[in-house]
Amino acid sequence: MTGPGEVSSVVVRDDSQFRGSYTDETLISVKGLKMHFPVTEGVFVQRVVASVKAVDGVNFEIKKGETLGLVGESGCGKTTTGRCILQLEKPTAGEIIFHGEDINGLDDKAMIEIRKKIQVIFQDPFSSLNPRMKVGEILTEPMQVHNIISDEEGRRQRAVELLTTCGLKANFYERYPHEMSGGQRQRVGIARALAMNPEFIICDEAVSALDVSIQAQVINLLEDLRDQFGLTYLFISHDLSVVRHICHRVAVMYLGHMVELADCDELFDNPIHPYTQALLEAVPIPDPDLEHGRAHKVITGEIPSPINPPSGCVFHPRCPRAVGSCKDSFPEFREVKPGHWVACTEV
Amino acid sequence: MTATSKIQVESDFEELEKKKHWFRVSLNMCRKQPLGVAGGIVVLLMIIMAVFAEFLAFYDPEVNSLEHMLLPPDEKYWLGTDQFGRDLLTRIIYGARTALFVGFTCAILGAGFGLVLGVASAYFGGWFDLVVQRIVDVVMAFPLIILALAVVATLGPGTENVILAITIPFIPQCARVVRSNALAIREIPYVDAARALGYSDSRIILRHMVPNVMAPFLIMLTSFLGQAILLEASLSFLGMGVQEPTPAWGLMLQGGAEEFAESAPWVAIWPGVAISLAVFGFNLFGDSVRDTLDPKLRSR
Repeated sequence: MTGPGEVSSVVVRDDSQFRGSYTDETLISVKGLKMHFPVTEGVFVQRVVASVKAVDGVNFEIKKGETLGLVGESGCGKTTTGRCILQLEKPTAGEIIFHGEDINGLDDKAMIEIRKKIQVIFQDPFSSLNPRMKVGEILTEPMQVHNIISDEEGRRQRAVELLTTCGLKANFYERYPHEMSGGQRQRVGIARALAMNPEFIICDEAVSALDVSIQAQVINLLEDLRDQFGLTYLFISHDLSVVRHICHRVAVMYLGHMVELADCDELFDNPIHPYTQALLEAVPIPDPDLEHGRAHKVITGEIPSPINPPSGCVFHPRCPRAVGSCKDSFPEFREVKPGHWVACTEV
Repeated sequence: MTATSKIQVESDFEELEKKKHWFRVSLNMCRKQPLGVAGGIVVLLMIIMAVFAEFLAFYDPEVNSLEHMLLPPDEKYWLGTDQFGRDLLTRIIYGARTALFVGFTCAILGAGFGLVLGVASAYFGGWFDLVVQRIVDVVMAFPLIILALAVVATLGPGTENVILAITIPFIPQCARVVRSNALAIREIPYVDAARALGYSDSRIILRHMVPNVMAPFLIMLTSFLGQAILLEASLSFLGMGVQEPTPAWGLMLQGGAEEFAESAPWVAIWPGVAISLAVFGFNLFGDSVRDTLDPKLRSR
């Protein structure tokens, strides 16, 4: 149900025309991104005995104004990819080119300018806001720290403006996070990200923790903001219906690798990679008769450990179409149709 | 129109709630934490004694009077006099000032430095954390009193050195407890959010992490108060703390206990009672603060 301060409607607008358009200008491109977390052993001298290959060579680019969806099951490295772009983790290898500049490994000072442009919205609205700070402080702090607005009254006005933009009443300025509902807090999280006037926002499971009616409101809000401010999103999610609604293009990840990347409708209508097919098969149809009569092709087995991933194509032990050569090397990420990229040799 | 009047009513209601709030909270405290309230009263009495010593005491705490030496308690000297003819009640009242000054200074400094060090240690991690924690291990390996004695033995006695000697062993204790809490907080997304917003390390530590480890900090602070008073008394008793003629309970105890334990027991008994009561009061108060702030430790 709608909380007392929320203004937005509950209806999900079901039309792809709301996805807006995007330009040809590349905003950010990620090349060969690897994030291996070391597993250490030993009391006095720490030896690296293995590494968790959370992200293992991911390439993609996002155009200005575009929303790229990043989907995959838990532990496939989609959140880690987002954290690497934000430089919250130091990637093991790879380039993150933002506005033509490689931001990977920039020192803290140089990074501050980039941080104003790249912001994040977290999954859990209950832990992403400092419980000891009022909403007003949360929103004005970034403006003060980076001297975006130098006078206090100006910051206050801007914060109230941001609250209104995000569908909250001005009197939320004086509230603490614990006095708000989950949806309201997530709106504050979005307002905080907007406080820096960013160009690019990483939505890390931004609606997954909200219940369905609030999800719809927040998704509508994110779409409105995209159109209003010309924002670019990396939309990380495991909820395929949400991704289909909001994204222009979708990338599918499996065990640290990107296996398929295509335009949203193309990917959902003509999935090529066996993993994507299985993933889409698993989405239930909201009609009991259809659902009952449907033949499910369930992939067997468990997702392998990223410490010791299978050789060659990481999906081959579970793949219904695997052949002998799949064990040997990871298949090239190739363009099978214009704009439709797949990492599989057998399609 | 209706909307405004409704808001008005709500704010009036809040005002009323606020007034009732304090009264109800204190009543609730008495019911739920009777020992804590008793401890709090002792602490409050001590603070009143320390602040208003000049108005409460009849005599000068430092002037000797040879004709009134070792008088037993009577209507003129309620608690008797000591071997220099000074009124014991006066010296106990003034002694509260020394005890509280040393106690609060040591507890606040020790817990404060420990707080920042512990949070920084958790936030930076890696080598910094490792080095800080090994130093903490070394300092914590010594019993409190031994370490304090070693510091005083090196620096010499005197109030400032006693404060230093008691503060130093407190820092690592608080740092260790705070670090374990800060480690958990470091993984909460609002710290990531602060990093993503490009805040400086010191801002993240002081504005975003420190306010969220206040519960363990306050628990350590209140438990340090009693310990600091006891340590100061112990050091003074051993002649390594506050020096004559400053009125301090440990010092009074030592003067009385050595020579006059049999002939004039009141000289040693009253400062002993004062120390016990003060430490007991502070500990009870500290326990109830811990019970209130840390529900996991709440007595079943």
